[in-house]
Amino acid sequence: MAKENIIDVKNLVKKFKDFAAVDDISFGVEKGQMFAFLGPNGAGKTTTIKMLTTLLNATSGDISLNNLNPIKEKNKARKTFGIVFQDPSLDDDLTAFENMEFHAVFYGVPVKVRKERIEYLMKFVGLWDRRNSLVKSFSGGMKRRLEIARGLIHHPKILFLDEPTLGLDPQTRNHIWEYIKELNKKEGMTVFLTTHYMAEAEKVADKIAIIDSGKIILEGTAKEIKKKTKTKNLEDAFLKLTGHAIRDESAGAIDHLRQGARVWGRRR
Amino acid sequence: MNSPVYIMWLRQVKKYLRSKARIIGSLGQPILFLVALGFGLGHLYQQTTGGNFIDFLAPGIIAMSILFTAMFAGIEVIWDRQFGFLKETLVAPVSRFKIMWGRTLGGATTAILQGIIVLLITLLIGFRVVNWLYFPIALIFMILIGLLFTSLGTALASRMNDMQAFPLIMNFIIMPIFFLSGALFPLDSAPTALKIIADFNPLTYGVDGIRAALTGVTQFGIIPDFFVCALVTAIILIFGSWMFSRIQI
Repeated sequence: MAKENIIDVKNLVKKFKDFAAVDDISFGVEKGQMFAFLGPNGAGKTTTIKMLTTLLNATSGDISLNNLNPIKEKNKARKTFGIVFQDPSLDDDLTAFENMEFHAVFYGVPVKVRKERIEYLMKFVGLWDRRNSLVKSFSGGMKRRLEIARGLIHHPKILFLDEPTLGLDPQTRNHIWEYIKELNKKEGMTVFLTTHYMAEAEKVADKIAIIDSGKIILEGTAKEIKKKTKTKNLEDAFLKLTGHAIRDESAGAIDHLRQGARVWGRRR
Repeated sequence: MNSPVYIMWLRQVKKYLRSKARIIGSLGQPILFLVALGFGLGHLYQQTTGGNFIDFLAPGIIAMSILFTAMFAGIEVIWDRQFGFLKETLVAPVSRFKIMWGRTLGGATTAILQGIIVLLITLLIGFRVVNWLYFPIALIFMILIGLLFTSLGTALASRMNDMQAFPLIMNFIIMPIFFLSGALFPLDSAPTALKIIADFNPLTYGVDGIRAALTGVTQFGIIPDFFVCALVTAIILIFGSWMFSRIQI
């Protein structure tokens, strides 16, 4: 291999009681690559991202992130990546600028460059004019753009994007991918993404891994995957590999809120 | 300033100052208690003890508003979890302890501000502070109970996924802490069982400390009050930090 791997995962396993959400997966992501991690709901994508980003401890296996072990060197590892979560993670009662500033302080961005970087990034995603508006007045697309800008303040070497375009209109989706592509090219930033829009993955990803039921079932470029599965586009390939059955996903926090019965938190 | 503790504190305070409706709304209860109980029971109190009930009640109501504001500030962790902001803080290269500490300081600050607003209202209603030189001592007690109940709220919220448990906390923790603390009635004339319960309630000592500093009337003495409050606050702060450090997303 010519290029070194910035993310290296070996025999990674995550079990919740007896259920293996991630079942012995291994893969590598080269520096500067756009890597798409695809799979049906509940396949183990978000669990994998949580382990890569120090939010969850693995049951077994090794992770190397920028030559750091995200379990043993949590804080060092955290400085090297940015993340845009599947669901929103902004503080609605703060302004856009304050959200950016908060992040900058939390990641130890020096005071001298802070303002300048925030301005640059907010202009980059077209939100500088709205910097003093409370985030709760923002549309879904604006929040997404702000989250992406926020994830970049500390100049991460790797950007994790967990379904960054979910629920957005095609215009916004295109914009977001353009931003990300540009960053990837200009800064050489590695991007690890998940999405359910196969056409998007096909367009932007240098390499794709398809995961189902906690196992990686195929890995390669979009071309290679189409060739191996003898299909015309990635969506067909995806369906051929993972079947047509509809999957369940464990409910998110908001669903728990609606559910009612469970009161005192179960530990997960 | 470039410290995570400071920015976390600033966030809490900004959010508090921005929610004018909440500040005004949360003044309703203390005013109601002051007016209804203070004037309603005032002459009864005067007949039996010879003292002014408003003077007795005001420190209790100040402590009450701190208790409520602080607990709510702690429990706000649940909102942060719901709206995803908690994840943003937990994935940052900052120790959980600093996040918890900043949040607790912020919550306690808002609780103390609320307590001071209520103090000003009690003055309008007729509360007489004996000697303002002792006000800093009252402030120390206000800070202690502010910290204590913010971290208690945080500790409880660390184990909760949603607001379902909130009425439970309201009715089985916050309300009993308030009613069984000597905030509303003198403990020395209360039945023994009630007195014993109050003896184990940290707010009892907070109320007594504030009352001692502002009116000169005390049950346990200002020094014992201080040591009990400081000790319990330290323990709950450690407990809250530990609970917070165990949060999993």
